[in-house]
Order: sequence, then structure tokens, then C-alpha cells
Amino acid sequence: MTRIFLAIGLITSILFSFACVQKGGEGGGATNTGDGGDTIKVGVYGDMTGQTASFGQSTKNGIQLAVDEINAAGGVNGKKIVLVVEDDQGQPQQATTVVQKLINQDKVQAILGEVASTNSLAAAPVAQSAKIPMITPSSTNPKVTEVGDYISRVCFIDPFQGSAMAKFAANTLKAKTAAILGDVNSDYSKGLTQFFEEEFTRLGGRVVTKEAYTQNDPDFKAQLTKIRNLNPDVIYVPGYYSQVGIVARQARELGMNQPLMGGDGWDSPELFKLGGAALKNAYISNHYSADNPAPEIQNFVKAYKAKFNVVPDSLAALAYDAAKVLADAIKRAGGAGDSAKLKDAINATKEFAGVTGKITLDASRNAVKPAVVLELNPAESKFTFKETIYPEGMSAPTATSTDANSNSMMNMNSMNTNSMNSNSMMNGNMNSSTSMNGNPNSSMSMNSNSVNR
Amino acid sequence: MDTFVQQLINGLTIGSIYALIALGYTMVYGILRLINFAHGDVYMVGAYAGFMLATYLGFAANPSIFGFIVVLFGSMAIAALIGMAIERFAYRPVRKFSRMTTLITAIGMSLFIEYLFVFIFSGTPRSFPSLLPNDNFTLFGNATISTSQLLIFVISILLMIGLQWIIFKTKIGKAMRAVSFNLNSAKLMGVNTDFIIAFTFALGSALAAAGGVLTAQYNPKIEPLMGIITGLKAFVAAVLGGIGNIPGAVLGGLLIGAAETLVVGYGSYIGIPSTYRDAVAFAILILVLLIRPAGLLGSNVQEKV
Repeated sequence: MTRIFLAIGLITSILFSFACVQKGGEGGGATNTGDGGDTIKVGVYGDMTGQTASFGQSTKNGIQLAVDEINAAGGVNGKKIVLVVEDDQGQPQQATTVVQKLINQDKVQAILGEVASTNSLAAAPVAQSAKIPMITPSSTNPKVTEVGDYISRVCFIDPFQGSAMAKFAANTLKAKTAAILGDVNSDYSKGLTQFFEEEFTRLGGRVVTKEAYTQNDPDFKAQLTKIRNLNPDVIYVPGYYSQVGIVARQARELGMNQPLMGGDGWDSPELFKLGGAALKNAYISNHYSADNPAPEIQNFVKAYKAKFNVVPDSLAALAYDAAKVLADAIKRAGGAGDSAKLKDAINATKEFAGVTGKITLDASRNAVKPAVVLELNPAESKFTFKETIYPEGMSAPTATSTDANSNSMMNMNSMNTNSMNSNSMMNGNMNSSTSMNGNPNSSMSMNSNSVNR
Repeated sequence: MDTFVQQLINGLTIGSIYALIALGYTMVYGILRLINFAHGDVYMVGAYAGFMLATYLGFAANPSIFGFIVVLFGSMAIAALIGMAIERFAYRPVRKFSRMTTLITAIGMSLFIEYLFVFIFSGTPRSFPSLLPNDNFTLFGNATISTSQLLIFVISILLMIGLQWIIFKTKIGKAMRAVSFNLNSAKLMGVNTDFIIAFTFALGSALAAAGGVLTAQYNPKIEPLMGIITGLKAFVAAVLGGIGNIPGAVLGGLLIGAAETLVVGYGSYIGIPSTYRDAVAFAILILVLLIRPAGLLGSNVQEKV
């Protein structure tokens, strides 16, 4: 009897753990008001309450700011944009469900979301088959837009992000060996692992080990101890902030003081609370730097800060851009009524001046943009700009392109940084710059300035 | 060699936490033959109680030993009360029905607590403040142990000794053993069984809360669903050691913790990828149940408490 009971208990417990992953409330307050002809309904879905809730909140805020600005200026073609926000709790199954709800119940005309590639991948087929355009602000895994022509994004993709970090490790940090510690359940993490390894190996480095964790792991010391044994020059941790903070802390506890590197998944104010001082000597690739003095970036930072009282992270900036790109496309398509026309307009986006740089969608509906490398500064809980890495085929803009709309971070790099900085722009907080423009070993032109901002 | 020692330290740290939680499963099972699925969530509640205490009493800002002790015992007391409330309002009313009814009630209770906390605190992971300055001590070679790991070992051993003392040296412990031996006979002998059962829940919940606070010192990320996997593994530990058997729960916890760490550390040499760490815990359980259905230390005439 006891055995039968235990067996039932075990089976139940297993089912139960699945149930925990699958269920979830229909959270997220819908803010739709009218469905008449004078509004355009846009669905937003993201992780508002789950493991990566800071992503969803930033994204929602960025979109909200953009939509408020658009509506205050009279809307698009005289129609106001109305947002319907849904919470997927960071779970792929839930992402599918809420996007189905947005399309079938709320009848949205376009969708903005998700941040995590795994969740975007879960929801994208729904949008594609319903022929509702979906722009993901910040999912960087290449597979996301491969789902179909209704899916596009305004950020760069992981092959670029991963290889940018490999270049930074090999060229700037002069690393010969690297260890990778990734999240085995995340498409984002797996993609970055692959592309980092390819590029790092190509540049003559060696990846000594690839370790993996899951989001539920109680600690990471087992993996880290293994890495410590191999003593790599750098450790690449392409995960999300809620795990990375603990990874950093436990690595330092084990006496590992190598540089830690990651991607845009680290970008959250929460990271510094979790990781604390352990995040010293850590670098990430990201989409923009809030310190960039370009007026369009500073205006955005100011407006965002006034509304939400925090400095916008790159997810907020990308979300803002995604909403603006969508509005621009609706304008060019002459309305959002015809989804095929709207999709074509989105995919034809060219040289759109966004906060995160000029957005041009390529044939695979990916934005081609430079990445910035940021250094973590745990003492002040902020990211400081380190260098800009350009994709292949895109060189640093020349000093003559002083167009106010162009990303002036590029301009800055190509100018003489020292003379530029002394113009009180940085308030004196700078080191002498060691520029390594046009590294001959690298097929992409790479600009570097080590000005700490 | 020092790598192996390091991995063992890592494993026993997690194992001690599993052991603390497993004690609660095993005690409740010993007395009521009930698998209290909400127990893993009590562990989470303990961590959150500690988080609230540390934040609102101001210990987060200036860490001290006094603050740590207040937070630890405070959250144990809060969890004990919650454990008793769960027993009183969820399990006692259905105790007279079949075991399946109580089991399903337990699952319902677990989901209720989890999503109540998601509702109150949202699912965003919180960062638990460090209550004690964290140092690293080098044992030999490269093997180090941090203050938070040391705390986990020392406090869990003290708590387990305390538990043994309560069960074998006090009157209430004797009553617990009597109830576990036979609830109805104990009742006939004048033991207040309702009180003893409530006390057992309080004891188990307090241990789980201690586990929650100690884990949060080591891995400061707390979130409402943190009790699911940890709770399941602690349950496996309890079954592995022989459910209902207290030393068995401790042994099971340490074994599971060490096993999963060693899988990550050395599994790749024998073809087990490091991501199978969770699978290994459950595989061990299945093996043990096949070979020794009563668990490692369990027997059919065990003294169930």
C-alpha cells in the first residue's frame, strides 16, 4: 500500500511540476478602450511578472512612451494608437496563449514583443498564420524572423552579437582561452554560445569548455569549479540577469577573477542587486548606451526618466524604436487595415532614425546595426561605454556625416576622441584613449575607444 | 584532488538544504502518512519572510550577527505559524477522508501559496540582502569555502541535533513518536493528537524556513516558484533515505546534493552531460525504490516520527 501510495505521489509530483510550468493566470491589464474606426489596436506581450520581468516592464514602458508621444502629436493618419498589454510570465506556452488572445479576442492589428527569443519563437507562428505583423524589439536569435514574412525585428541578431563579443575578447582583452557557461533551455543563450565560439576560434582563440545550467539550478558552483580548473582567460556567460548575478558572485567566491562577458540579456538594474561587487571586471554587448551624448538619445533618456523615474535600459530603447517603426510603417501603408500592406511597409523600413541607431531591415527582416560594448560599474550600478563594434560591410561613419539624426556615437568614435572629450562633454571623467581603428586581423572594421563614461 | 573536495563542499552545501526540507516531509509523513506538497512552498515562504524582516527591520543596510539571528529565528517562527495554519485550515478538515483527498488538497495548497505569492510579490526575482559579511576561507590548495556555505553546514547540523533532542528527550517528542506509531491508540492514551500534529507541522515548517533563509544567503535570488524544484528534490531525498525516518532524510538530502554536483563536475567523463543533474536525482530515486522499496534506512517496523 505504501509503495502504491508513494508511486502515486511521485507521478503526481511530476505532473505537478509540469502543471506549474504550463498554467498561469490571464494576467496583464488590457488597456483597450474603443474598437471603433478611429483607433489602431496594437498588442504588446511580454514577461511582466516572471523570471525576466524587468525585460517586460522596460519594453512596456518604452512602447508606452513612444505611443504617448505619437498620440500627443495627433496619432497616425489621424488615428490614435491603443495598446493592449498581456503578461506571458516569461513562459513560452503562455506567450502562445496570450498572442492567440490578442489576435482572436482583442483583434489587434499589429503585435510588439517579446524580449526572450524562446518566447518570441513560441508566439511568432501564431502571428504568422493569422497574418498579423509582429515586430520583436529585442529577440536576437536568428530563428525568430525565419518563422515568416510577418515577423521582423529592430535589433541586431546573435551571430553578430556573439561574434562582436568574441572580437572584443580576442582583440581588446587579448584573451587566448575562454570558457562558456550558458543556459541550456534558452535559444538566445545557445545561439550566442555557438556564434561566440565560432568567431573566437576563427580569431585564434580556444574555447576550453562549454558548461550549461538551467534556470532552476540551486547554484552554479559545480560548473564554475570545473571551469576554474581549466583557468581560462575570460568566461563568457550568455544568460539572463537573474542567473548571471549569482554566477558572478559565486565565481568570485571561488577565487575566479577573470573578466566575465555577456550579452544584452544582462541589461537590467536588478543585475547589480543580485551580483553586487562581483560584477567588477565584466563586459556586455548591447544595443545602445544611455551615456551617448547625441541629442536624440538624451532627449529619449530625459523623457523616459521623467515618466518612469529610471534610466532606460536598451530593452526600453529598442521597444521605443519598435513602436516608432511600426507607426512609421502604418503611416506609409496608409493605415493598419490591410495587414499584407502593413507587413510590406514594415519590411521596407529603411534608414529609420531610432534611438538605437539607424534601422534598416534586411532581406531576412533583421536590423543591421552596430553593437556597443559596455563595462559594468557595480560601485555606481551602471554600465559605462567601452567601444563600438560594427557589422561587416558597415564601416564607422566618417567625420563628415554630422547629420543630427545619425547615431552620433559612431561619429564620435571616428573623430579624434581626445579632443572631443576635452570639450567638457564628458565632464572630465576620462582616461587617455587608446584607439585601435581598423584592426587588420578583423574582417569588420572595428573602432575602439576606452573612454569611461 | 582539491577540485574534488571543492565539488564535494558544493554538493554537501545544497545537500544540507535538501536535508533540512526533507525533515519536514518525513516528519509529516511519519505522523499522518501525508505527503505535504505545500512543504516546498513553505521553504519559499520562509525565504520571503526573512526578506521582509531584513528589509523592514533595517538589517539589510547594516549587516550584523544579531540581525542574522533575528531574521533566521523570525522567519522560522513565521513559517511555523503558517505551517500550523495550513494544517488547521486545509488538512484537518479533510483528514477523515481518504488519503487521496488529503494528497490532492496538498497539491491545491501548494499552488495556492505559489500563486498567492506571485500575486503579492509578482514573479520577479528579488535579491536577498547579505546579512553577514561574506568571506572565503581556503582549506587547502584551491578548495575554498565561503561564510554562507559554512553557515549552512553549521546551522543545519545544530538544527538537526536540536530536532533529535526534541524527539527523543522531551515529552512532546515522546507524544510525537506515539502518534506516529498509532494515532488512534495515542488518542486513547490521552495524547492531544491535534496539538501534536500541529506541532509537527510547525517544527517541519520552521526547518524549511531556516533552509530558505540559509539558501538565500548563499544564492540571494528568491522568487515565488523557487520551492517547486527544491521541494521536489527534498521529497526525493526523504523517500531515498526512507520516508518517515529522520536520519534517512538527512542522509538522502546529502546524497542527492553530492550526486547532482558530482554529475556536473565529472559526469561528462562517463558520458552524462552536466545538464542531467536534475534527472540524476530522480534516476537514483527510481533505482533505490526498485532495490530497496522502503528507502536506504527505512524498514517496515521503523520508528516513524
